[in-house]
Amino acid sequence: MTEIRSEPFVVNIGPQHPSTHGVFRIKATVDGERVIDAEMVMGYLHRSIEKLAEERTYTQNIPFTDRTDYLSSMSNNLGYCLAVEKLAGIEVPPRGNAIRVIMAELQRLASHCMAIGAFANDTGAWQTPVMWTFRERERILDLFEMTSGARLTCNYMRIGGVAFDLPKDFVPACRKVIERFPAFIDELHGLLSENEIFIARTKGIGVITAEQAINASLSGPMLRGSGVAWDIRKADPYCGYEQYDFDIPVGENGDSYDRFIVRLEEMRQSVRIIEQALDGLPGGPFRTEVPLALRPPKGEAYARVEGPRGELGYYVVSDGGPSPFRFHIRPPSFINLSLLKEMTVGGTVADAIVVLGSIDIVVGEIDR
Amino acid sequence: MIWLPFLVSEHWWDLRDLGNLSREILELIERGLGSEVAYIVSPLIGFVASFLLFVLPTQLYLGVYGERRLIGRMQSRLGPNRVGKFGLLQPIADAIKLIQKEAITPRGADRWVMWTAPVVFVAPAVLVWAVIPFGPNMVIADLPTGLVYYLAVAALPVLAAFMAGWSSNNKYSLFGAMRVVAMAISYEVALVLALLGVVLFTQTLSLQEIILWQRDLDIWLVFLQPLAFIIYFISASAELNRTPTDIAEAESEIVAGYLTEYSGMKWGLFYGMDIGYAIAAAAFGSTVFLGGWSFFGLEEWVPPWLILIVKTQLFYFVFIWTRGTLPRLRIDQLMGLAWKYLLPLAAVNLLVVAAERLWWKEAELGDGIVYLFAAINIVLAVVLLVGWARALGYRPERVRTRPRLVKEPLGYVPADSSAGGGQ
Repeated sequence: MTEIRSEPFVVNIGPQHPSTHGVFRIKATVDGERVIDAEMVMGYLHRSIEKLAEERTYTQNIPFTDRTDYLSSMSNNLGYCLAVEKLAGIEVPPRGNAIRVIMAELQRLASHCMAIGAFANDTGAWQTPVMWTFRERERILDLFEMTSGARLTCNYMRIGGVAFDLPKDFVPACRKVIERFPAFIDELHGLLSENEIFIARTKGIGVITAEQAINASLSGPMLRGSGVAWDIRKADPYCGYEQYDFDIPVGENGDSYDRFIVRLEEMRQSVRIIEQALDGLPGGPFRTEVPLALRPPKGEAYARVEGPRGELGYYVVSDGGPSPFRFHIRPPSFINLSLLKEMTVGGTVADAIVVLGSIDIVVGEIDR
Repeated sequence: MIWLPFLVSEHWWDLRDLGNLSREILELIERGLGSEVAYIVSPLIGFVASFLLFVLPTQLYLGVYGERRLIGRMQSRLGPNRVGKFGLLQPIADAIKLIQKEAITPRGADRWVMWTAPVVFVAPAVLVWAVIPFGPNMVIADLPTGLVYYLAVAALPVLAAFMAGWSSNNKYSLFGAMRVVAMAISYEVALVLALLGVVLFTQTLSLQEIILWQRDLDIWLVFLQPLAFIIYFISASAELNRTPTDIAEAESEIVAGYLTEYSGMKWGLFYGMDIGYAIAAAAFGSTVFLGGWSFFGLEEWVPPWLILIVKTQLFYFVFIWTRGTLPRLRIDQLMGLAWKYLLPLAAVNLLVVAAERLWWKEAELGDGIVYLFAAINIVLAVVLLVGWARALGYRPERVRTRPRLVKEPLGYVPADSSAGGGQ
């Protein structure tokens, strides 16, 4: 029997495509439904944030960090503030740290809601999971609005603490939101992770072995999905994460399904952390007073946090002036994307979309 | 005409059967204009009447509106509720909007094919209703081969979809077109084999007689042929491109499949008639498997066409429900489902039905035996569905649906370790 072969042709998945999560483009060469080559094209959203930051003072740079990964602005604020605090040797009061932890974990919940909803949408669950996750994410954004006045680009963390103290009715409101979450996660579990079609679509798709993941310096759910127990919150604790009791979920096969269930489980763990933080919320000041035009001593600092997408690092170099000499971001989704070709080639076009969804990219962060 | 005792009157005002009304009109025309005119006019009236009375309202209002409202509810949002009371005028507003929009033809597209495709798509959507009986006398064409006619006409939109996908000069459209054709070829086989079981039992291809058979024996074919019903449901939803199987329009993968380059009312025709086909498939399914316009004697009190509409909408609701719940299968998985799973099951079903039918007639068992057959077939359906899935290597209990939990960040956790508990 002779094999029927069709001529390969190039399909541009993106930059305008329903499931590229922004303006990202995969230049896929396909042979029928099979992807035989894939090339990433990025930069459509480049805003030169790293260069712009060199012209502004340290405090003025915080809003820029909101706009890199616009789905987890709190974590980005936190990463940058930690880097500057490390550079200038500033201590954060315990209340400030606890508020930071609460906000970062709420942000993780919101971001994972988005990631899971978009991922389910990519597998073709027609809008339902994404609407459900948005319903819950909305409540968290309400909390952010209550605290910082903004829903998406919060600009809440400050060098030395946070911008404002928590409002009086924040703690009960937050508890109310958090209470709903375990039931909601179980709901998603029933809707997606036990769904035959969902399992068939995601299991064994986009497999990364632990070795590959480590070599490509992946982080976050991508790394943990491959079975590597690694979490900055435990390995290099910041903001007093060492006092909270939580577990690291790890996957087994490193496929899209494992990355999904790891995210789902991380949401449960985040709920645990927030509950502990709310219970033990210390009093006292929420911020160390820092001069507005901060001039850190000459030197460099790298601070990293466990963002929703992985290791989110900020590298700041000071020449003693009021603005950073060099400002660099280690965006987790950019580095997680580096194995995209290995994951998509050999699969079908539909698989490529699922893989891209399981990486959970934010193009604002990739292009900066 | 079939004689039915419960039709008390044949007056034109007897709304339980609108066939009387149209007969009255035809007789008037015949008296006034001669039988030649009446011969030509009668199918036209039948078409217009059935389309205006049943297809259009159910399609637009219960189809478009109901689907959007229900999907909205399933997605914990409200759905259209601004235009008119409860948003009831939304479909009309949408249609007006679509008519106003520019119908773009991309450069390099095959103009004529692209413009004819919506027409080719719409025409069969109207034609399929010709053989669906809405009541004892209310069927436009009670063809002796109505079932074959339905299958043949309902397969035509594939041609239109292929024309649309090919002529658009777009790679996504081409993907969609190829997928449509591949799906239609695969699922048509299982669909026809499943329906053959029904035909073997009832010994007729006329839809009206299939309903009467179910009515006479007081049993629906869904109980006698559960396996065929499930195969019909899956295959129909595959051919209709409804969500668990909507790979031809897969929004997240190939933008909108063969519809990518369509805009304005050309797109609207595709969209509206997609729902039209879904409703036709639901009406056909309820006719063949759920007793059509009969409901265990209730049809003597309630207009039979109302019963059919309710059944159709309930059937269609299941389509909406699956659409609001399930993710989409990949193309090779869908093909595998058709060829590896549904087709063998349909063949086994056909064998069982043939044996049962032979035994029934040869041994002269009487009609009560169908209840035994129903029990046997339901058990058999469950056993076959589960057993064949297992035989193909489906093991849901082996999937770890919760990740393992680890306390310390110690690097790689080997797959067989049970570190930190977990599940």
